[in-house]
Amino acid sequence: MAKIRIATTSLAGCFGCHMSFLDLDERLVALADLVEFDRSPITDIEHCTNCDIGLIEGGVCNSENVHTLREFRKNCKILVAVGACAINGGLPAMRNFIPLEECLSEAYLDGLGVENPQIPSDPELPLLLDKVRPIHEVVKIDYFLPGCPPSADVFWAFLTDLLEGREPSLSYELVHYD
Amino acid sequence: MNKTITIDGNAIPFEDGQTIMEAATAAGVYIPHLCHHPEYTPHGSCKLCTVRVNGRVCSACTFPAAEGQDVLNNTKDLNDDRKLITQMLFVEGNHFCPSCEKTGNCQLQAVAYYLNMLDDHFPHFYAHREMDASHHEVMIDHNRCIFCTLCVRASQQKDGKDVFAISGRGINKHLIVNAQSGLLKDTDLEASDQAAHICPTGAILIKRTGYTVPIGERIYDHKQIDEVALAEESRPLSKEIDHG
Repeated sequence: MAKIRIATTSLAGCFGCHMSFLDLDERLVALADLVEFDRSPITDIEHCTNCDIGLIEGGVCNSENVHTLREFRKNCKILVAVGACAINGGLPAMRNFIPLEECLSEAYLDGLGVENPQIPSDPELPLLLDKVRPIHEVVKIDYFLPGCPPSADVFWAFLTDLLEGREPSLSYELVHYD
Repeated sequence: MNKTITIDGNAIPFEDGQTIMEAATAAGVYIPHLCHHPEYTPHGSCKLCTVRVNGRVCSACTFPAAEGQDVLNNTKDLNDDRKLITQMLFVEGNHFCPSCEKTGNCQLQAVAYYLNMLDDHFPHFYAHREMDASHHEVMIDHNRCIFCTLCVRASQQKDGKDVFAISGRGINKHLIVNAQSGLLKDTDLEASDQAAHICPTGAILIKRTGYTVPIGERIYDHKQIDEVALAEESRPLSKEIDHG
């Protein structure tokens, strides 16, 4: 039987959800018998193609995030919002209450210890969005795994449900927003 | 013989003057709620306790129990509606649980867990709301206020003060405090007041106590809100309730 293809990425996230995924520890060995990884920080593959499951960590904070998210939606049969930031913007969205110009000024012009103050404007840098947004506001999301981060048990419950053909569900103990 | 209503097919005894919520709680039946508290006049605003009484949609916290009522409570349709209401509360305010001291002890979060709410469904408002940290012992984070008015009622009915009120209408509704300056420090609120402890979310917090119990060992980390609420709210009340 062909292996299930999984792609993962972190948009405006901290990679904490990916670290939590790696907390599957020895269960990763069992998982590796059933799945293979496409685009992911684990593989360094740059673009995803024809995947079964896409796991998205983080919200959307810049133009590159939007392109990446759309690429995942286009190429993944099942797209999953992983963690608080993907679901509600999370901590990065706390900048939504401060005008973007003020954020940039504080970081690159007026901040303590800034040398050669200038707002980065290299054309290769993705432009920041006015507000950080959860991913369900940009593309359709099929499943949500809450938590900051979701525990390894959440990933395990979700993936084993999917792989064994059950509708995924999370028990009370597995649902946390913190 | 006791008078009874039925809730989800089970006979529930009630006394004249009791609401459906009170009869249900006394009988060990949980009806989800946030703005209801057994010691205060019902407010009927959060609509989480919406039930069907003989087919009609009512708020269990304000609707009097009466003979012949066939009440639907724990049904998929009603719980789906309750989940949507909870999702609306989440997107209207700014509820970032990982950075909130109240996480694990928060009733808004616990109701969402109870309803197996995994996402916020709606687009977020990200409304700009202020904090008031002026008081030396108590702080208000307006980002987390759900306008349940429990602090308003507790201040008036229990503390004998009049510290809080809701001002404005619709989307402009907000919590205000009774001081010319608009600051909590200029009110007569004390940290020992019931109003400072009644908030179901993290909108009113006692300073320097937020992490005395570690995350993971908090009220709702392992116990569901139905179990906690029934244990707390079916106790004898400290005073007679005036239903206004």
